[in-house]
Amino acid sequence: MISLQSLMNLDDRYELIVIGAGPAGMAAAIEATRNGVKTLVLDENGAIGGQIYRSITTATPKRLAVLGKDYAGGAELARTFTESGAAYLAKATVWRLTADRELGVSHDGMAKLITGERVLVATGALERPFPIAGWTLPGVMTAGAAQILLKASGAVMGPKMVLAGSGPLLWLLASQYLAADVPLLAILDTTPRKNVLRAIPHLPGFMASPYFRKGLGLVTKVRRAVRVYKNVDKLRAEGSERVERVRFSASGKEHSLELDHLLLHHGVVPEMNLLRSVGCEMAWDEEQICWHPIASAGGETSIPGIYVAGDGRAIYGAELARFGGRRAALEISKSLGAIDGAAFEHLCAQLEQESRPFIRGRFFLDRMFRPRREHLTPAHDALVCRCEEVLGSTLHDTIFRLKVLGPNQLKAFLRSGMGPCQGRQCSLSVTQTIAKLRGVSPEDVGAYRIRPPVKPITVGQIANLQTRHKRGLECLQ
Amino acid sequence: MLRRLDDFSTQTVRISIDDRTVEVQVGDSVAAALLLSGVTTTRTTVVSGAPRAPYCMMGVCFECLVTIDGVANRQACMVKVEKGMNVRTQIDRHPGRTT
Ligand SMILES: Cc1cc2nc3c(=O)[nH]c(=O)nc-3n(C[C@H](O)[C@H](O)[C@H](O)COP(=O)(O)OP(=O)(O)OC[C@H]3O[C@@H](n4cnc5c(N)ncnc54)[C@H](O)[C@@H]3O)c2cc1C
Ligand code: FES
Repeated sequence: MISLQSLMNLDDRYELIVIGAGPAGMAAAIEATRNGVKTLVLDENGAIGGQIYRSITTATPKRLAVLGKDYAGGAELARTFTESGAAYLAKATVWRLTADRELGVSHDGMAKLITGERVLVATGALERPFPIAGWTLPGVMTAGAAQILLKASGAVMGPKMVLAGSGPLLWLLASQYLAADVPLLAILDTTPRKNVLRAIPHLPGFMASPYFRKGLGLVTKVRRAVRVYKNVDKLRAEGSERVERVRFSASGKEHSLELDHLLLHHGVVPEMNLLRSVGCEMAWDEEQICWHPIASAGGETSIPGIYVAGDGRAIYGAELARFGGRRAALEISKSLGAIDGAAFEHLCAQLEQESRPFIRGRFFLDRMFRPRREHLTPAHDALVCRCEEVLGSTLHDTIFRLKVLGPNQLKAFLRSGMGPCQGRQCSLSVTQTIAKLRGVSPEDVGAYRIRPPVKPITVGQIANLQTRHKRGLECLQ
Repeated sequence: MLRRLDDFSTQTVRISIDDRTVEVQVGDSVAAALLLSGVTTTRTTVVSGAPRAPYCMMGVCFECLVTIDGVANRQACMVKVEKGMNVRTQIDRHPGRTT
């Protein structure tokens, strides 16, 4: 790996630019450079690893022990990436991408435009919005946020902490806290009971997958140590200056717990803003309840030369993100003439075979941890748009009264999606609320249009671009 | 409150948070440093003055906006601590004013 220090070190052109140094991006860069493709990897984080392997290169023995085998397993991928021939710039944020594959990159207060003959978007996932009453109170965070604190700072919360929601990451976090000897007050499991029935057809595939033993062991261990409330709904966080209690109903009975931290999670969804801003076509996936970019087997999107891999394409987890990244790199290498057809066919067949058991396991997980329907759209007294402070009731009324057809029309009435987060925290909830009230599919409703810059960039950075490229401001149009 | 698992590593730096000097670990984001230093509210909202604090820790929610070395509205979770950094929370005690 050629570790770059500043934007000055960036060439104007690369054969391949990979955005994101998580499992997908690292695996892709390893494969591409092995085939002799001149590759640059950009990541806004300070170090390689992505979400799952965040801070893997600096983890202390104590953190490695607490975070578990899957996390520690990332060290090898990170090492292989470090030994590859890829160029890498940390703390480099991509705030713009065009159909001509020109990227706007910012780093250390400066900005630069560079071009990739091919671009791979490996930007991963973000937490699915969980719009319950009180989710904006200090002390309420996502489970992913707790993991980031644990990985990057070795920090844990307590003493009165409650986890609420559903999904593998929730149980993983609980097991990591237990491994660190940090007590959990309770887990509020919102998984609807009927999910089991819907998941059963995929049970054989799951049992044959590597996820089965791992998952079962993890859940059993946590259940033994922590009070778990099952079939939880009507969640609400309460408090004045910060969260003080959570109210909920479990199997029809009302409860209230005093606490000082509430961690929410019901799955992750692809981060789409960069691909949306360049106009990639998207499709609604009812199994994963989110949008997916439309892409070929090798990850090419509707825009030629722009590829997508990893959790930013569909939520398949870290192992498959690695396979996907490598698969995209093979496709890219072939399209650049860096490998021949026979080698390509051979390697693709091998990858497909190796990834099959993981894929079969994921179908079960999707169904088993499908979020509770009422948590996908905001309750009346929950803020749906955190930035502009739009209540669920206002959203419902506006859609109903003004016969709003789609999210972009709604922006004009409520400003939702126009705050600094650019709809990342409300887009899915808004689309689903409109779809529900109109009685149509989210596909018919669509999503917010996203314009660059997709990440914050200062006036100074634009001005600096202006002098060097004579068209800095055009980048925002 | 948040606390650290490891023994405090030798690699620490001092930063200032609302005029208070605190010692934090190299590698911490400013948001982590704030939470670990006992700061519970990092900003109040412009619309209603409601208290907010880091929610996602990964650059998505923009709840962690603070002033760093005089530059307002920086995402505390996306900036790593540096020696001598001057961090100010963005708490408006008189909400409703237009700023
Ligand atoms: C907070 C969080 C924690 C998670 N923890 C785990 C876990 O412990 N175990 C597990 O199995 N799964 C975890 N996941 C699920 C995770 O999505 C996958 O398992 C895996 O990390 C996906 O790999 P990826 O390469 O697709 O993306 P990621 O690993 O998410 O990597 C994407 C990278 O792209 C970078 N990036 C994004 N946008 C830009 C941009 N515009 N400019 C520059 N860089 C950018 C990010 O900084 C990130 O490093 C977590 C997810 C989240 C959101
Ligand atoms: S905590 Fe969400 S953007 Fe910083």
